[in-house]
Amino acid sequence: MAVLGLVPDPEIPAVSVVDLGIVRGLFTGGDGALKVRLTPTYTGCPATQLIERSVREALDAAGFRDVAIETVLAPAWSTDMISEAGREKLRAYGIAPPPRGAASRSLRGGDAVECPRCGSADTREVSRFGSTPCKALWQCNACHEPFDRFKCH
Amino acid sequence: MNQPADALFQYLLRLGDDSLILGQRLTEWCGHAPTIEVDLSLSNLALDLIGQATLLLDYAGEVEDKGRDADRLAFHRDAEQFTNCLLVEQPNGDFAQTMARQFFFSCYSELMFAELETSADPRLAEIAAKAVKEVRYHADLAADWVIRLGDGTDESRRRMIEGLDWFWRFVDEMFAMDAAENALVQRGVAVDRAAIREAFDQRIAATLAQAGLEVQASGWPLSGGREGRHGEELSRLLAEMQVLPRAHPEAVW
Repeated sequence: MAVLGLVPDPEIPAVSVVDLGIVRGLFTGGDGALKVRLTPTYTGCPATQLIERSVREALDAAGFRDVAIETVLAPAWSTDMISEAGREKLRAYGIAPPPRGAASRSLRGGDAVECPRCGSADTREVSRFGSTPCKALWQCNACHEPFDRFKCH
Repeated sequence: MNQPADALFQYLLRLGDDSLILGQRLTEWCGHAPTIEVDLSLSNLALDLIGQATLLLDYAGEVEDKGRDADRLAFHRDAEQFTNCLLVEQPNGDFAQTMARQFFFSCYSELMFAELETSADPRLAEIAAKAVKEVRYHADLAADWVIRLGDGTDESRRRMIEGLDWFWRFVDEMFAMDAAENALVQRGVAVDRAAIREAFDQRIAATLAQAGLEVQASGWPLSGGREGRHGEELSRLLAEMQVLPRAHPEAVW
């Protein structure tokens, strides 16, 4: 897990694949092979294949020779799977992380969105779809800085 | 192939083809949308739909057990072997028409996948649980545009009405059942499409009321897509989508 904690997400290199919660399990099978379970954030996320390759390369470099990677869909990934450390890293990187538990609330829920630059809650949605499938485009009314926000899902 | 497996294969093909064809249609907007934000939105929708199609068609291929995967099913079938509904293959038209099509399809699809989350087929339930979260965003986006255009200028309103006018005729087909699907419903695998129609009608009516637009009767409903009877526009779409893998069948990235 420590090795995977250093594998960056290809679209958001500030966080690791472990921080994002897409590593769903890591265990050694009876035959001594290392099994890694990954889950996609979005079904069409183009980074999925690259993530698989990065994970394989990192484990290979760390001396794990026999690695099996499995993709699982259930439980479906949600923003609640992003770790606390991951949320902080996202904020520092300029992406507003979703509040915990937001995934179970309504999409149009009145959660205040804080600008990751100046911290103001006076913000507005510019576009529901942003630069990657998992993010929406927002803008801060206080400092006028545009920023990405993780879609609550 | 035994009968239940064939019915499940056909069902997965219908669901997968709907997502695939609409996803491919939406990619035509890439680089042509009115603003960069809309361009990104439509590309994101296309990406989600093609992702869903990959999961559904890969599973269909496994059920069929003839060695076909999602790529094989997507690129090496002809128009009459596609079982998507007619709505999704319709040309994009203008932006309002594209949004009318998306509005009808996403509202239907959200209800379908929400029901399929509890399907007796665990793999299908898993795919549905993933897809419903994505489709909910699509339905919201499309509904927002129906309201914005319908309640906008005279011109945007006229175009939105024309877009909806064109697509009403394709709505009934999305809810049509046949014997094979009824058998799957009995086994708890498929959704009874007729049973989600009321919720669909309510959602459509609520959004149109907000947009200041009127609900129409389907008029002269068209169908045939599920049996492989399509309009000529599907062939053109497939020609573009399939040309590369057909010309170079063994090519890999």
